[in-house]
Amino acid sequence: MKIAVCIKRVPDMELRFAIAGDRKSLEQSGLKYDMSDFDGYALEVALQLIEKQGSGEVVLVTVGPDGAQETLRKGLAMGATRAVQLKADQVPVDGLAVAHALAAELGGGYDLILFGRMATDTASGTVGPMVAELLGLPCVTSISHLELGDRRGTARRDLEGAAETVQFPLPAVLTIDEGIARPRLATLKGIMAAKKKPLEVKPAALGEVRLTVEAMALPPERSGPKFMGEGVDAVPELVQRLRTEAKVL
Amino acid sequence: MADMFAFAEARSGELRKVAFETVAAARRAADATGGGQVHALVMGAPGLSPHAEALGRFGADVVMVVEHAGLERYAPEAFAATAAERITGGSYRAAFFSASAEGRDLAPRVAARLGAGLASDVTGFEVRGDAVLVEHPAYTGKVLVTLRLTGTPAIVSLRPGALPAVEQPRAARIETVPPAADPGAGRVVVTELAQQAGATLDLGEAPVIVSGGRGLRAAEHFKLVEDLAAAFGNAAVGATRAVTDDGWRPATDQIGQTGRVVSPELYVAVGISGAIQHLAGMRTARTIVAINKDKDAPIFKVADYGIVGDLFEVVPRLTDEVRKARSS
Repeated sequence: MKIAVCIKRVPDMELRFAIAGDRKSLEQSGLKYDMSDFDGYALEVALQLIEKQGSGEVVLVTVGPDGAQETLRKGLAMGATRAVQLKADQVPVDGLAVAHALAAELGGGYDLILFGRMATDTASGTVGPMVAELLGLPCVTSISHLELGDRRGTARRDLEGAAETVQFPLPAVLTIDEGIARPRLATLKGIMAAKKKPLEVKPAALGEVRLTVEAMALPPERSGPKFMGEGVDAVPELVQRLRTEAKVL
Repeated sequence: MADMFAFAEARSGELRKVAFETVAAARRAADATGGGQVHALVMGAPGLSPHAEALGRFGADVVMVVEHAGLERYAPEAFAATAAERITGGSYRAAFFSASAEGRDLAPRVAARLGAGLASDVTGFEVRGDAVLVEHPAYTGKVLVTLRLTGTPAIVSLRPGALPAVEQPRAARIETVPPAADPGAGRVVVTELAQQAGATLDLGEAPVIVSGGRGLRAAEHFKLVEDLAAAFGNAAVGATRAVTDDGWRPATDQIGQTGRVVSPELYVAVGISGAIQHLAGMRTARTIVAINKDKDAPIFKVADYGIVGDLFEVVPRLTDEVRKARSS
């Protein structure tokens, strides 16, 4: 079985962000990067499938600058077989432009193409299903449970207040929600082995860009509570304010 | 003057609240260009047509109804093919979807089929010249990004609850149209739709959400949260990741970066400290109330109203007072 896992390098979300002087990008100094959370789940799913089968290949693919090689190495250290960097100094915010670059690389030969449900930076979740459409492959998004049988699979998708059971044939594109499998930590042995694993660099054949960043801003600080009370005695005033001030009662 | 397309989501034979939000957004976009038409598409099993008229209330001029026994549940390929065909068939400036679980699956498929730009999970928009400017919270809600979307049609998916469904009644014309692809021939088949047991109001649709965190100390204490939600009458119950990880509540109740992102009118956080992960899922709520025993809990930084105190005393009293306020 041959599985591609598409990953993205994103800033560490625990950090405080600042907006750069151009008002449309993040201040780079002090940013640390790592693999987007959901991609870790997707990679773990792929590794477990290969381990269960006893043979196969997990290929990491990313669109990104040279800095993204560090993220690919991390995935290789977790156990992926090899990696491909589709080099782009700037990753467009336009999901379809990125999907074109990935589809050009991923056509033919893969039984499964996995993505995280979304990248935590742009928080859009569009690239996976777009790649599926461009390649004409069946696709199930945001899955929280997966069972694979003979060239077929069954997945669960959580909706608002409900869950869907979805059946699909292979090859397919799947986007993985968290909680499906806990991503493993790389072992020292894995980290050493990763240094010798193949990492191929190719130019990214990005599609036309129709979506661009016009501006970035930090959300308006909430000015702090309008009312802070203490203990049970504060309840009547809270309710009064919810009625008259916030008008939600 | 430009026409707009809206995909109106239905589930189990009923229009969802997000259907009205997308139609109302399309109406506002059409009016902003000098008053074009709004054409809505709704898909489902036979029996949907009588509901379709309701979309006129929110500004639809035409409602295209696709009814087919094979569309009782979401059928991604037939839905995408039909939406793409209908959008191509009109000359729409923009097409609006909801960024609901279904819309997040559908809109990217449609955009790829049409070779159109897509802005996802949008909390505000403006049609300006040949572009659509949209607002989208990114980086776990810590950065507000304004995006410029060019090309026609521009495809936009709207964060549920972020843009209110404003009524602007029109007498909508109902047109029955066929699906663009045989729903029975899809490769991806939804074989079951299971309603979550005990779910009353959906988190994405409820105007009020009462959420509980670790501060509740045990699964059975969620009764306090449920009682407060019941007192509001229009509230759904949410939870933090710590709580769903521990199995106190189902995973589908989780609000946060890795769970549901909600924008209710009122969000009541009970015993929630306010980890970034959680704030990412609720910080765009219109009004936030926090109840926590730790006055330094980060949740108070985003709260509009706070009470520092023992939730086991404060919440039952609040439940009583809310009940009284609503009955007076």
